[in-house]
Amino acid sequence: MSQAMKRCSAHTCAAVAVRRALSSGAATPSVYTRFLLKLSHYFYDVENILDWNNWLRSQGVIHKNRLFGYAQKNFGNNVAAAYYILTLRGSFRFAGQSEWFRPDSRGRFSYDFMSTPDAKIEEVDLSGTLINHNGLENLVKQNKLQTLSLRGCPEVDDWFLARLHVFGESLVELDLSHCSRITVGGLAALQNLRKLERLDISGLPRLQNPGLVRILLEEMLPHCQVSGAEYEQGLIQPDSQEQTEGHHEASTHTGLRHL
Amino acid sequence: FAFGYNSVITKRNKFFLPVFRDLDAQLRAFRDKAAAAMPGSDWSPIELTPGLPPERADVVIVGGGVVGWSIAYWLKMKARVRDGLRVLVVEKDPTYSQASTVLSCGGIRQQFSLKENIMLSLFSAHFMKNINNHLCVVNEDPVDLQFNHSGYLFLASEKSAHIMEENYRTQRYVGAKVALLSPSQLKERFPWMNMEGVALASLGLENEGWFDPWSLLNALRRKAVSMGVYQCFGEVTGFKCAANLAETTDGEVLNVQRIKYVNVRMPNSLEYQPVECAVVVNAAGANSGKIASMLGIGLGPKESVSGVPLPVEPRKRFVYVVHCPDGPGLDTPFLIDYSGVYCRREGLGGNYITGMSPEETEEPDISNLDVDHEFFQEKVWHRLAHRIPAFEQLKVSNAWAGFYDYNTFDQNGIIGLHPLVPNMYFATGFSGHGLQQSPAVGLAVAELILDGGYKTIDLSALDLKRILLQEPILESNIV
Repeated sequence: MSQAMKRCSAHTCAAVAVRRALSSGAATPSVYTRFLLKLSHYFYDVENILDWNNWLRSQGVIHKNRLFGYAQKNFGNNVAAAYYILTLRGSFRFAGQSEWFRPDSRGRFSYDFMSTPDAKIEEVDLSGTLINHNGLENLVKQNKLQTLSLRGCPEVDDWFLARLHVFGESLVELDLSHCSRITVGGLAALQNLRKLERLDISGLPRLQNPGLVRILLEEMLPHCQVSGAEYEQGLIQPDSQEQTEGHHEASTHTGLRHL
Repeated sequence: FAFGYNSVITKRNKFFLPVFRDLDAQLRAFRDKAAAAMPGSDWSPIELTPGLPPERADVVIVGGGVVGWSIAYWLKMKARVRDGLRVLVVEKDPTYSQASTVLSCGGIRQQFSLKENIMLSLFSAHFMKNINNHLCVVNEDPVDLQFNHSGYLFLASEKSAHIMEENYRTQRYVGAKVALLSPSQLKERFPWMNMEGVALASLGLENEGWFDPWSLLNALRRKAVSMGVYQCFGEVTGFKCAANLAETTDGEVLNVQRIKYVNVRMPNSLEYQPVECAVVVNAAGANSGKIASMLGIGLGPKESVSGVPLPVEPRKRFVYVVHCPDGPGLDTPFLIDYSGVYCRREGLGGNYITGMSPEETEEPDISNLDVDHEFFQEKVWHRLAHRIPAFEQLKVSNAWAGFYDYNTFDQNGIIGLHPLVPNMYFATGFSGHGLQQSPAVGLAVAELILDGGYKTIDLSALDLKRILLQEPILESNIV
């Protein structure tokens, strides 16, 4: 038993990381991953190597979301926020300008954004990046932010949504689709975004009743249009009811066609 | 050996099969006995009671609630050497049926008036934000606290609006994210609320809400046990101390007791085990006063230090689960009215959890955890319906009662050493806020024990000596 305790570590183990990746809706892991996982049940060495791998990955996320304090102090908040978004491989657009600043496929970008230190950011596209609640510290001063897209970000969770209240006066569009860690508790925090008009909650695996959540969100934010969940999702449909409904639909369709 | 034996059975004659089947079981039993006789197995010729605590431990934590396990976890985290510190957590009730932790509403807020309280909850919120970095165990599922980030909403009448503004300034200064709302802004945000009598409201924007206390308790316990903390289910019935005489500057002679053994009695038995220990932590919650009186604290002459008892006693509080299909929706915060009524959403099905702290003179009987439904009908319902008109039509579906470890002196936590018992640390008296402050309190007590002083949050204002010096620090935002 003491040997088992010696193996304890503070970071996620390989099996849990794979379980988390599976639950996020990814396809079944490759033969190679499954083979490594099987080996790690038998050999401490393999388990340690996989643990180090996960630890390095989590350290990478922490490094990506560090505070860009030097840039903030020397170049101002806007330039620091722009630099941060580009290093994360996201893209943005300044208020008053129409062109987007994007990195290329290799992650390189031009430093033209430094020429306008007073321009505030209006639209941000952070889909697929590793942003988490710590990284949001770099963006809190952007009070003119109107569009935020967080499509498929694996590290965005409920605590991140709770921090979005800083954009309460300006955020108009929010895209949260395919962020696997979000639950209803975090969506309740969106009540502070009073100006929100478009919200996308498609593909959230941890929502048990997407239709009910959509109704509650529309009640909570009356001016907001919630997309990504149909009202019938999450309803228990017995088979006979479906068949009779199908008949009804067919008859109404034919009825309408005759009109 | 086993493979060869199984193949022998299949090849042999069927006549001998019954004999061989029996032989197989006997050989297996013999093999188990031989393995048990080898050194390194748990077998011993003397029949010991299962579940006895070890005979010796470095730190004994009395009380297995969330505060006790948080202290155990942080003690092991700070003592970096494996097995460098032997910690034992003693809990009376393995089912946790009367424990305050699991019967709590599970809310966490930073809207206090005392800056130490704000810092404690802020630290705990940050702990819960990164809970998997702290409490993740190899080969186990990640921790899910089911945290609802809906925030707390405090309402103030005309009389207390200035106190709320003062508190707002303190909260902002310490770093809590709170916003003040006027009645018109409230009306626009929460149209289901009745604004009558409300002069000002304060809403928590971040790090506030409610979660599942059982998940936090289990996560702390699982991680602490994986780091080598011993857990024992038994009741502390007494202490064996070494007494010394000490003289105060006034010439008074005091009996200073140093705890040598903690007597832990096994459940449903008279058998007890004296655990030799260096440090004892009193995290027994509602029963802390009883533990302190076992050491003679409060039983001396009235004018001396030993005559001041530990002012922590259990106070019963009721929680009612109501169902109202037309009630407020997903944006319901943890609403706390100035009349003392509180209410929060539970789940998505129109269920709400509500309750109220009774008056000082009308405290319910603490001998059991029976629920008084008359209290809801007479005291809570009309105030609730006055504030939220939709609650005029509701149905009480469930109710339970739990104890607050109520600090009768000033309703704030008591952390520190008692002068008469130099090796007992107190971490109790949180009066309903123990759960939300537990990670931070655990770290503070671990720092006191291992480093001798506070390193992260300075909680000298919550020290026990304020009880003896009769200097209360009052918290005005107690629910």
